[in-house]
Amino acid sequence: MNKVLFFAHLRDAVGEDYITLNASGKTVADLKIELSTVYNLPKLDTVMTAINEEFAANDEVILEGDVIAFIPPVSGG
Amino acid sequence: MNYEISKEPINIQQVIDKVIQREAGAITTFIGTVRELTYGKKTLFLIYEAYEAMAVKKLEQIGTEIGERWKGSKVAITHRVGKLDITDVAVVIAVSTPHRADAYDANRYAIERIKEIVPIWKKEHWEDGEEWMGNQLETVVYPSGKPEERDLHE
Repeated sequence: MNKVLFFAHLRDAVGEDYITLNASGKTVADLKIELSTVYNLPKLDTVMTAINEEFAANDEVILEGDVIAFIPPVSGG
Repeated sequence: MNYEISKEPINIQQVIDKVIQREAGAITTFIGTVRELTYGKKTLFLIYEAYEAMAVKKLEQIGTEIGERWKGSKVAITHRVGKLDITDVAVVIAVSTPHRADAYDANRYAIERIKEIVPIWKKEHWEDGEEWMGNQLETVVYPSGKPEERDLHE
């Protein structure tokens, strides 16, 4: 299984800090499409993704146990 | 622990003390504070949120990048999260280097990088509403799904 974390406006849209699902074998892009349909999310083109706390490209394949985080444009500082 | 996310007010001197070194001829300190007016719009307060584990890693990465570009530098960064009022300190960056020009340049580099790669978000609260900030105008897109190579390794 995989834990998927949401932050900022994405968390507000999903209504949860995280969800658990089986995404192993899917690419980051696949998962983005799936979740944006299920949760009716705004465009995810500007959203970065992290796998296990490191930025990951859209074509990266998710493995069993990976923790995925969707990172909206950051605004720290 | 030179890179921290703090739920409590930041002790500025403690951040500075972490970069003291005998080889240094300069320490620059950047203190980011909560501004009341942005283009005439009045902020009441801010909420900062972080993906803490990753944010600390990315702050460490910035320190590593600075170490490669400015030899002999020492860096410490603390970013606050939670509710912040106007004038509160949101971030403190201290950099020490043998010579002053490097301390200024490296410190500037750190804050610009924070705004690119560190997973921290702020929610602005105004009199007439609230909104998560970030590049929601979609002027920056990430076609590959992550920061571009320049953003990651510059």
